[in-house]
This record gives sequence, C-alpha cells and structure tokens, in this order.
Amino acid sequence: MSIPNQYSRRLFLQRAVLASVAAAGGGSLLAGCASGGGGTSTEGGETSSENPFGVKADAPLDVVIFKGGYGDDYAKFHESLYKKKFGAAEIKHAGITDIRQQLQPRFNSGNPPDVIDNSGAEQLPLATLADTGQLADLTPLFDAESVDGGKIRDTLNPVAVEAGDYGGKILVLNYALEVYGLWYNKTLFDEKGWKPAETWDDFLALAEEIKGAGIAPMAHQGKYPYYIQQVTMDMAVKHGGKEVVTAIDSLEPNAWKHPSVKMAAEALLEIKSKGYMLQGTEGLDHIQSQTRWNEGKAAFIPSGSWLENEQKKVAPKDFATTVAPTPLMDGAKLPFQSTRVSAAEAFLVPAKAKNVPGGQEYLRIMLSKEGASKFTELTAAPTVVTGAGEGLKLTPAAASASELVKAGGDNNWNYYYFVWYSPMRPKIETAFGELAAGRVTADEFCAACQKAADETAKDPQTKKRTRS
Amino acid sequence: MRHGQYRFIAGFLAVPLVLYAVFVISPFIQAFYYSMTNWTGVSPQFDFVGLQNFQNLLHDSLFLRAVRNNVVLLVAMPLLVILLALFYAFLLNVAGRGSGAGVRGVRGSGFYKLVFFLPQVLSVPVIAVIWAVILDPTPTGLANSVLRGIGFGSLGWLADPNLALYCVLWVLVWGSVGFYLVLFNAAMSSIPRDLFEAALIDGAGRVATFFRVTMPLLWDTIQTSWVYLAVLALDVYALVAVMTAGPGGPANSTQVISLQIAQNGFQFGRAGYASAMGVVLFFFTLLIAAIMLRATRRERIEY
Repeated sequence: MSIPNQYSRRLFLQRAVLASVAAAGGGSLLAGCASGGGGTSTEGGETSSENPFGVKADAPLDVVIFKGGYGDDYAKFHESLYKKKFGAAEIKHAGITDIRQQLQPRFNSGNPPDVIDNSGAEQLPLATLADTGQLADLTPLFDAESVDGGKIRDTLNPVAVEAGDYGGKILVLNYALEVYGLWYNKTLFDEKGWKPAETWDDFLALAEEIKGAGIAPMAHQGKYPYYIQQVTMDMAVKHGGKEVVTAIDSLEPNAWKHPSVKMAAEALLEIKSKGYMLQGTEGLDHIQSQTRWNEGKAAFIPSGSWLENEQKKVAPKDFATTVAPTPLMDGAKLPFQSTRVSAAEAFLVPAKAKNVPGGQEYLRIMLSKEGASKFTELTAAPTVVTGAGEGLKLTPAAASASELVKAGGDNNWNYYYFVWYSPMRPKIETAFGELAAGRVTADEFCAACQKAADETAKDPQTKKRTRS
Repeated sequence: MRHGQYRFIAGFLAVPLVLYAVFVISPFIQAFYYSMTNWTGVSPQFDFVGLQNFQNLLHDSLFLRAVRNNVVLLVAMPLLVILLALFYAFLLNVAGRGSGAGVRGVRGSGFYKLVFFLPQVLSVPVIAVIWAVILDPTPTGLANSVLRGIGFGSLGWLADPNLALYCVLWVLVWGSVGFYLVLFNAAMSSIPRDLFEAALIDGAGRVATFFRVTMPLLWDTIQTSWVYLAVLALDVYALVAVMTAGPGGPANSTQVISLQIAQNGFQFGRAGYASAMGVVLFFFTLLIAAIMLRATRRERIEY
C-alpha cells in the first residue's frame, strides 16, 4: 500500500497542530477567559423589626472565613445562631487560608460568597474591591437596630465606623480590635524590679539597666519592618497629636517631614546607636525574633494583641505577655496611656453575592453581645462591640490590652495609609527597615518616605482618600 | 505505513495538544490582551488603555531596579554554574590518577555525583528556609559562627543590602550545579576515550586537555545549558519570595521582575499592569535567548 504524496507525514503533523490549537484555543479562550461574566442575586423578602434587611427564610448562606490566628470556631457558633433564626436556610461554611486564590475567580465570574472574612497574607485587595463597587453598602447595617436593642453604630468602638468608611459609605466591618504597643514579660520584669518607662529619658535609663543585666532591651521583626514602623509612628503621633497621621493618610505634602516624625526617627536611631537593639534582629522574621523574646534574650518587642496566641506553643509556662504603651518624648500632646488601636478581621458582603440581606443579617448577629462574647471567649481578642466579653477570665495579654483600650479612650488612634495605598506600603516599609538598621539619618528617612508619598499622590492608578 | 495509522497518531496527539493550547498558549495570548487594559484582577469590568501600562513601566523605579537585579543574576549565574559544573564533571571523568592505562575520574566519583545532585531533590521553599537559617545575621547563626571561628567577624548576609543579592546568587548556584554536573558528565562520557588518550600521548596536561579537547566537544551542551540557566535567572521567584527580607530584600536589593509581577497582580490589584510586566519579561527572555544562541554558535564537530 502506498501513501499519496501530498499527504506526507510532515504536512499531516502541521495540519494536526494547527487544527488542535485553533479548536482548543478558540473555544477555550471564551471559557478560559480570566475575567468572566456576571451572576444574579436573589431578591430580598419582607422587612420587619426582627428581620431588618428582609432576609428570605430559605435562601442559602455562603460563608468563607480566614482560618488563621483566630481559627474559625467562632464562625461556626455565629452560623448556629443564624440557623436558629432561619432554620430553613442551608449554610455553607469554608475555613481557608488562601482567600485570594479561591475567591478571585469567583469575583471574576460574578458569583462571590455572601460573607467573607478577608484576612491573612493571601487576602483580596480591599481598597480595589471598594473602589470598583464590588462591596455591598453596610451603612444600613450600622444604622439598624442591634439584636440587644439600640442602634448598632452606638454599640461599637468608633474605630469600627472609621475603618470601614470608604468615601462616605461603610463597606467593611472590621470585627476584632487589635491593640499595639511594646510587649514585655511581666514575670521577668517583676523579678528584676523593672517597670515600663513613661518618658523617653526614663526609657533610655531602663534600657541601660536591662543591657547591664545581659538582655537586649529591644528586638524587632527585622524582615518585616511593619512592626518597628508601628511603634515609631506611635511615638510620633503621641508627640504631635493625631493630625500627624491624618496628614500622612491624606497624602498631604511634607506630611512625613513633620517634626514629631523626625523626632521619633531620631529616637529609633538612638536605640540602635546605643546598642540597645538585639544584634542581628534586622534579619529575623516575626517568629524568630518573637521566639528570642520569649527566651528572654530581649526585653521589649513591638507587636499587637495576637502576639500571645501566636507564641502560645513557644512561650515558657510562666511567661506573662503584657502590653506597655510607648514612652512619651518631650512635649508630647497625648497621654502615656494611649496607643494605636485598629480593627482587624475585615468582614465584607460582596455586592454581587446571591444573598446580600442574609450576609448583612449574619453580620448583625456577629455584632450582638452573645456573638461578640463568644468570639472573645474563643480567641482571647476583644471585638469592636464595647462591653462584650466583660466578666470573662482574660489572659495577661488580653487583660492588659483591654485596660489600655479603656484608659486611652478617645486618645487612641489609627492609620490607614497601608490599606488605602498598597503600592506605597513596600516603599515605606523599606525606608523603616533602613532606619531601624541605622543605615540612614532621620532626614534621609523622612525624605525617602515623603518621596514615596508624593509618587503615590501623583500616581494616576491610585485613588486618593482624605480623613480629618 | 498501515492504513489509518495517521488517525491513530492524531488521536494520541490531540489530547496533549489541546491541554497545551488551553493551559499554556491561551494564557499567553490572554496576557498580551490584559497588558493593554487596566484590569484589577477582581472585577469583570475593565477598560482598554492601549500602551499606557508600558509607558508607566518605563518610569517605575521599582521595576527598573528589579530589572537591574535580574541582569546581575543573568550575567553571573550561568557563568558560575557552568564553570563549576564543567570543572567538577571534568574531575569526575578525566582527572583521576589512573594506575593503569587510560583516563578515569577521581576516586569515589559515583559518591560525589550523588552528593552534588542532592539539592535537586529538595523543593525550592525548603532550600530557601534552610539557607535563611544558615545565613542568620545574628552572631550565633550558622554561617556567622563559622566565620567567627576562623577569625572574621559576623556578616549581615540577607539583612545587608550589599550582600543580599549575592546570597541569593549563591543559593541559586548551589541548587543548580548538581543538575548541570550530571548533564556534563553524561556528555563527557560519550566522548570516545581514545581522543583523551591521544591527547595524553601528545603530551597534553589536564588543563590543556580541558580547553582543547573537552570544551569544544561539549560546546552544544554548554550552549543549551547557558540559555536554560539564563532563563532560570530571569524567572527566579520562589527563592526570593521565601528567603529574602520583605520580600524584595533590604532596600529593594533583591527585588526581581517575577516578584514585582506577583505583588502588582495580587496584592495591589493591578493585574493589567502585572501582565504588561509579564509581556516585557517575555520579550526580554526571547531576546536574551536569541542573542546567546547566536553568539555561542560554532561549527558542530562530528565524532
């Protein structure tokens, strides 16, 4: 049998390849398009005082929770409360860590879940979602009646309203309170007769004493300059007042060159130059540096109220994780007992979710005293619901953090420039890294930060926001 | 050929071709499309912006820094890996002191091949974590303890902006030498022994044998390895993302293009901009590969 000449092997293979690519590529281009189509959401039902958002009794609820430091047991409890109210609704629960990987395709194809706890390293870019109208307006939630009576807005710590505000509309519910400061081991300090210093001069004297005892006065998470940035800004804001940070958040010119910022930068340089920083801390990540702190190689470390939980497996049994406010520099405007308090664990309801009223009702249940107390009980972290969690037995970290929040009151502050301007974040963190390592002067540091802020202000791709 | 054999072959080829087209070719084409939009990555709505993303890239100081770092790796890594791999392969194949006639490798060459290849079986994040611990900048870190033991002080390693990129380079070299050693070893063993013996008879020492006999005969393999390593240097991501501070290194000293793509595409919600970076990387890689293949072209030696 002979093969016809024109149908040679080479020609055949060429045609086969072209045909496959054309067929598969063309057909799949539509199906495999990364940005997909749209979805539909179910209509709401009737509203009542018990059901202010008009949740349909049998509409299913899709909840996705970040299963990180706080776990997801609290969410299962909240879902049981929802189920008690809407028995016919089927609740789908997912406790995952790679939020963005799993939810980005769902956002692109227009069928996102109803409630998302957007946290962790793989979170969705919040400001981007807010700017593209993909988050449901939660202002009705804040104006609604709480399960326990009274307007929800009035039962919450004001930082919840401030942090969720994106251009006048509240688009995010930040649920857990995070308290920042310098953390130390109270057991060790009581043993040696030390107390956290209230002024900068006292702090330097205390550091000298600690150094004399063979312990490094301070360590920080060098690989992630976020932490040392936090306490340095804390000192700057306590010195110059809240307008220091509102100017920075609003990307005002010369905001980073404020004298309080420069003073705080010089204070950090002083710690480094006097040898009060744990040697080599610049290259340690958060677990390594915090572990050395647990081992007693360093006295203070900057961090937040999740620290105790994070180091649970490593800390010795008698280690009493306690928070201290940062010391006051000369001429400080805010009192010693004040600190940065932010609201973390961002809960959002996507605008294109199938059960938006259900999502809002779920959040309302979370904001009840019962829901909030359970969260604090399971995670040892306070929520934005004031008064929830009272009467619970708290760990040293949780107790000292709550006391500091109460003592600070209106003097507690927060910043948003990392959430609002994510491309600026690595540049600012780089500048802080160089400052903490003592490789730049305070002026160079302020100039570098200001340059990053100016670039962000001029960047057409970034939306500018302001706050007062 | 038997009747119907082509249909048989086509049937088997169709499935892999379709998979390739859907998972490799299609995303490539889509990347070119998205690079000309302002897609955020989380929204089905976006606009066509033409070449605006590419114009922004030219002014992005962070991206240019990343390109610079990649070029450093591009120049240094293939050079070091190939030199080391060639040297070791030569030792293992030819440089042994033969008791009898002929050439053989040093004693225990089988064992050395095994040891050198070991890094290949480790996954990149594991390698990154191991080296991050070894290069711990505190005075009690592994590398620093060794240095202090022999009299030098401790170094900043990954925390030092001047050293961090070279630490990354070192780990890349360490991880790659084994594979290319085995490759060159196989290529060298296929060189007929009598060529070496002829060289020996003509009075060539080890060095002369290496440069006059081995290298020209291996040139094909070296050329391919060079291009492959160059692409590896341009693509490096996992190592930098896990091992360096930030990631991106102290003061952007280990920032690389792939890291910029990941940060822009996923963290900053700028998938269109990241796609533009990907397109630039694509053309850059093609250009480098083409230049290298042209520059290292020699006549094929048949033996």
